[in-house]
This record gives sequence, structure tokens and C-alpha cells, in this order.
Amino acid sequence: MNAGRYFWSGDIAAAEGAIAAGCRFYAGYPITPSSEIAERMALRLPQVGGRFIEMEDEIGSIAAIIGASWTGVKAMTATAGPGISLMNENIGLAVMTEVPIVIVNAMRGAPSTGLPTLIGQGDIMQAKWGSHGSYEIISIYPSNVQETFDLMIDAFNYAERYRVPVIFLLDALLAHMYEKLDVPPQEEIDKRVINRKKPTKPPGETLIYQPDEDLVPPMPAVGEGYKIHATGLTHNEKGHPELTVDAQEKLVKRLNDKIRKHAREIWKVEEYLTDDAKLIVFAAGSEARAVRTAVDMARKEGLKVGLMRPITVWPFPHEYVEKYAVDYLVSEINYGQMYHMVREYASGRVELFPGMGGEIHTPQQVLRAIRRMIE
Amino acid sequence: MSYENEEFFAPGHGMCAGCAAPIIVRWVLKMAGPNTIVVNATGCLEVATTAYPRTSWKVPWIHVAFENAAAVASGIEAAARAKGEKLNIIAFGGDGGTVDIGFQALSGMIERGHNVLYVLYDNEAYMNTGIQRSGATPYGAWTTTSQVGDANPIGKLRPKKPIARIVAAHNPTYVATANPAFFQDFKRKIEKALSYEGPRFLHILSSCTTGWRHDPSKTIKILKLATETGLFPLYEIIDGDIEHMKITYRPKEFKPVEEYLKMQGRFRHLLKHPEYVQKLQEDVNKWWEKYGKQ
Repeated sequence: MNAGRYFWSGDIAAAEGAIAAGCRFYAGYPITPSSEIAERMALRLPQVGGRFIEMEDEIGSIAAIIGASWTGVKAMTATAGPGISLMNENIGLAVMTEVPIVIVNAMRGAPSTGLPTLIGQGDIMQAKWGSHGSYEIISIYPSNVQETFDLMIDAFNYAERYRVPVIFLLDALLAHMYEKLDVPPQEEIDKRVINRKKPTKPPGETLIYQPDEDLVPPMPAVGEGYKIHATGLTHNEKGHPELTVDAQEKLVKRLNDKIRKHAREIWKVEEYLTDDAKLIVFAAGSEARAVRTAVDMARKEGLKVGLMRPITVWPFPHEYVEKYAVDYLVSEINYGQMYHMVREYASGRVELFPGMGGEIHTPQQVLRAIRRMIE
Repeated sequence: MSYENEEFFAPGHGMCAGCAAPIIVRWVLKMAGPNTIVVNATGCLEVATTAYPRTSWKVPWIHVAFENAAAVASGIEAAARAKGEKLNIIAFGGDGGTVDIGFQALSGMIERGHNVLYVLYDNEAYMNTGIQRSGATPYGAWTTTSQVGDANPIGKLRPKKPIARIVAAHNPTYVATANPAFFQDFKRKIEKALSYEGPRFLHILSSCTTGWRHDPSKTIKILKLATETGLFPLYEIIDGDIEHMKITYRPKEFKPVEEYLKMQGRFRHLLKHPEYVQKLQEDVNKWWEKYGKQ
């Protein structure tokens, strides 16, 4: 897209941000509130030499982007509640076979079909724990349309840098809300785009799952002459199945450690008036916008309150929580998910201000919860 | 026993004016009567007929996930059979929920031989989520994911999945295509489908005013043209005997496909390219050359 000011929804910004990051393949399946990402990609990818395909379901969608990513292209899909549940088996496959992909999940009211057009934040734990097994992924969650565009570049960078699926959380409110945003010139975006490491040794001398010091193996593309053997079974550095305790220990530990050891490079957290705060409200996505207003209102009443907004949801930015010996109020549109993470790391009291879904809290509601907790 | 004068699908629902789906559902239920359980895949029909405080369903009704109406119907049927109950178990799904995401469950249901009538109301795209193409979208149709422009002047590039024949290949007891615009044929096929035991499948064409972009007063006229042009043939297949598929309506004189296309906004771009219209016409001609004598 040409540099300039646009008026876009979160969905459009996600699609355009992906294209700006170099995404040239999209496979997806219609589902509210993410369908507009697919529609935008259907229109735009052919214009930039990319390819859009609509699949027969969400299982097909994620499987297709895993396949596409092996050809060396940056690939993504987008979905919501029921669709992300269907994708989870293959998210585990992408983790195990270390395939860079980006998956947008526009969270809606749940469980099941729930509230297809309305906000929920109930998929935050699922983003981390949705597939079976012990693994790490990266998940980021913007709270406005500008940030959606900008962070999509980071999402692809993380996927490429760490060879990991990145779950890009949106919520129904942000997905469908229109706001103005500035698109920087493509040359500027290109300066911060990261592409996957390619093998430096020729075929024959390269083991495709042999990691460098950063624990991430370089990734050849199919057809480049390298012997690619990718399997969801526990495998060795050649990529061959090795169903032993030792191979499992080595592989699964590395898959986790390659994210854990780089967590500080990945973490993005917004802090607002936290320096002197006695109480910090912890909130993400659209909910954080109402909380920010509530914090301003509380400050006018002389209450020392701040906002901590995790932009990186996974790996969980625990050092930020640990930094302050204060009480935390976790305001989220679910019945307690990030709450459990904050409780694990906070030294003071932690309370939950939940919403079951359909709308974010009003600033007044958050303010009352703040007052209750301070009193 | 006939329940033609009774209603099991109540008016007052939120389906669009001119939508053919309520006509189909109303008549299936009239022919089936009260001893019926309905399983409804996610879609317009589910969303627009059930919002509190109103429901159109006067028979027990279960909404299931998008992909598994046939599997839930299988479970109800097997359990009811174990209890010795005899019921009409009818699954309704749109084209997305039937030919794409729900196809695996449908295939399994027929293969296992469940005594279920599966009704596909086919409006040829994902209308509930905003007109995205499905496996049942015809060649040349514009949708929001088969966009028309310089890179692709055609819209959807591939033909419609021949779902009735695919289902018939599983050897269910009864398969038919039907069209509410051919009312006697449509009614007779519903009746016949209900009279058989075992897995049965009705593929019924259902126009969508917003997705096909047509005048809501022209629903029946457009549906009629779909069959009169030969694009949507009406036939039935008993016991999976595809070789002896029986065509139940043969137009005396086929109308050109343009007549059907020009009444719908989704094909507007196509009319500027006679060669693509010609391709569609040739596909129709080939189909009738191949199967028309049956």
C-alpha cells in the first residue's frame, strides 16, 4: 500500500500489515469476525503477485499455510473461536516441525458459537495451551488499528526469526472497528523486516534440524536441494523419527527454550502511569482502552493507579509484573485467564474484574472496581 | 398421513424477503409432520430463525457446529434406534456446511447407513458470513473471496461440486435434486425421500437475494431459469444406482444461460465477456449430452 493516512478496520489493517511484512500466501475459511481479512487478501494478494485460496475448512486452511511456508513464502491464515479450535492440532504440528506461520484469531464471545459478532477474550490461555503437549509459541495482541498494522510486521518477524507459529490476537471489537492510521513508506518497513535464516552449508552437509547457537535451525525451502524430512513425530537433527526419551528431551526442551531464552527480545508491554502507582490494572486489547480512561478518572480522584498492557501475551511478560510490589487488578473479558498468570508473579494482592463477553467494561465500571480494591 | 395444512416452521423469522430457504424448510416439515427432530448446521437458517424471544421451530431443534450436522444426526438416530423409537431425523445444512466443512461427517453418516434425511439448501456461497465462495459456487460467480478485477475477470474459476452425484456414490437409498420453482416435483421428492429407510439426501437449490444480487420479487423466476437453462438439472438416484439416474424434468427447449445470468448481479461482469458465458453454456451442453438421456 502507498504510504499515507487510511481509515481501516482492524481486519483490513491486519491484512495490509501482513502484505507489508512480505506475506504472499493466505489460505482461510470464512468466519465472523475475521472474514474481512480473507476478503481483503482475496482482493489484494493477486495485485502483489501473491496467492489467496479459500479452503474447505479451518483444518485445511492451517495445513495449507504450513505447506506453503515450506516453499519459502511467508504465509498466514485468520479465524475466530470455532476455527481456532479446529486449527489446534496443526498448530502443534507447526511447533514440532518449526514452520513459520502467522495465525490471526479475532476473539469473539465463547464457548462454542457464542457471540459471533461481539467481543470476547476467552482464547488467551488457548493461544498458549490449545494444542496438546508442552510447547511455547508467541502471541501478540494490539489494542488499536494502527498497532494492528505495525505489529503484524513484528508477528512475521517473530515467526521467521524463531521458526514458530505466531498467534496474532484481535478481538471482535478491534476487528470491525474503523480508525485512522498512518502507513509508513514500504522502504521503511522493509528495513525492519526479518526473513528466515537459510542454510549456509550446501545440501549433503546440512542437517535440517541442527540448531545454531540461538537454538533455531536455518530453514531450507523445498526444491532447493536439501533433504527435507519433516515429521510431527519426535525427531533428531536429520528430521528422522527417533522415538526415544533422549530425542524427546533434546527436541522438546529446545523448542521451548528457543522462545524462553529470547523472551526479553520478544516482550512488548505498554505501561501507563505505573511509576508511582499503588494499584496497577492489567488489561489487554480493546479492554485496555476502557481501562486507560478509568485510570485517568481515578487519577483525577487522587488515586494512584496505573495501567499495564501486555502487547506480548505469550511468552508471558512476567518480569514486568514482578517489577512492581503493588496490587494488581486484572480486567479481562473472560472468567479469569491472564489473572492466573499475574497471580503467579505478583507479590501483592491480585483481583479479577471479569466480563463474560459481548462488550468491554465501561470506564465507570472499571473505576468502581478500582475504588473497591483500594478501599 | 399428510400435514399439509399444518405449520411446523412458523412465520415471523428473520430470513430475508425473497430467500428461498424458508420455503424449502417449511415444506419439508409439512411433509414430515410433528414426529420429527431437526439438526441444523450453523448458517443463515440457524441464525435467522431462532433469535430470542422467537423461534420458528415447532419441532425439537438442535443447533450444532458448522461441520457436524450429519454426525449429530447419526448419534440421535443410533440412540433413538437403540431405544426402539421411530422418528424422522432431518438434518438441514447450507452448501458450506454440506459440501465443504461438513462433507466428512455427511460421508460417514451415509456410509454407516443411518436412517436420516439430510437436506442441503444450496445458495451457492457462504451467505451468513458475507458471501464468500464455497465448493458449490458456480463458475463465473463473483463472491467476496472470488473477486473480479484485472487479475481475474471471471470470478470463481472452477465449476460447482456435483454433490448429489458424489453423495449417490456412497449408495444411500434416495438422492434427488429439487427446486422450489418446480413445486410438484419438489413436493413429490420430499415425500419420496421421507418414505425411504436409510440415509437419504435432497439437494435443493435456494436463491439468495443479497448474495446472488437479485430482485427479491424474482426468486421463483430465477430458480425456474436455473433449471430451464439446464444449469440445475432435476433428477433422482435410487440406491446409489448412478447409471440409472432418472431425470425428472427435461426442458422442452433449453433457454440460453444468459437469461439466468443477467438477472443476477453476481454474474454482471461475466456478461461483458461472451467467451466465458459460452464456456458455461458448453459445460451445460456437455452435461446434458452425457446424462440427458437417463
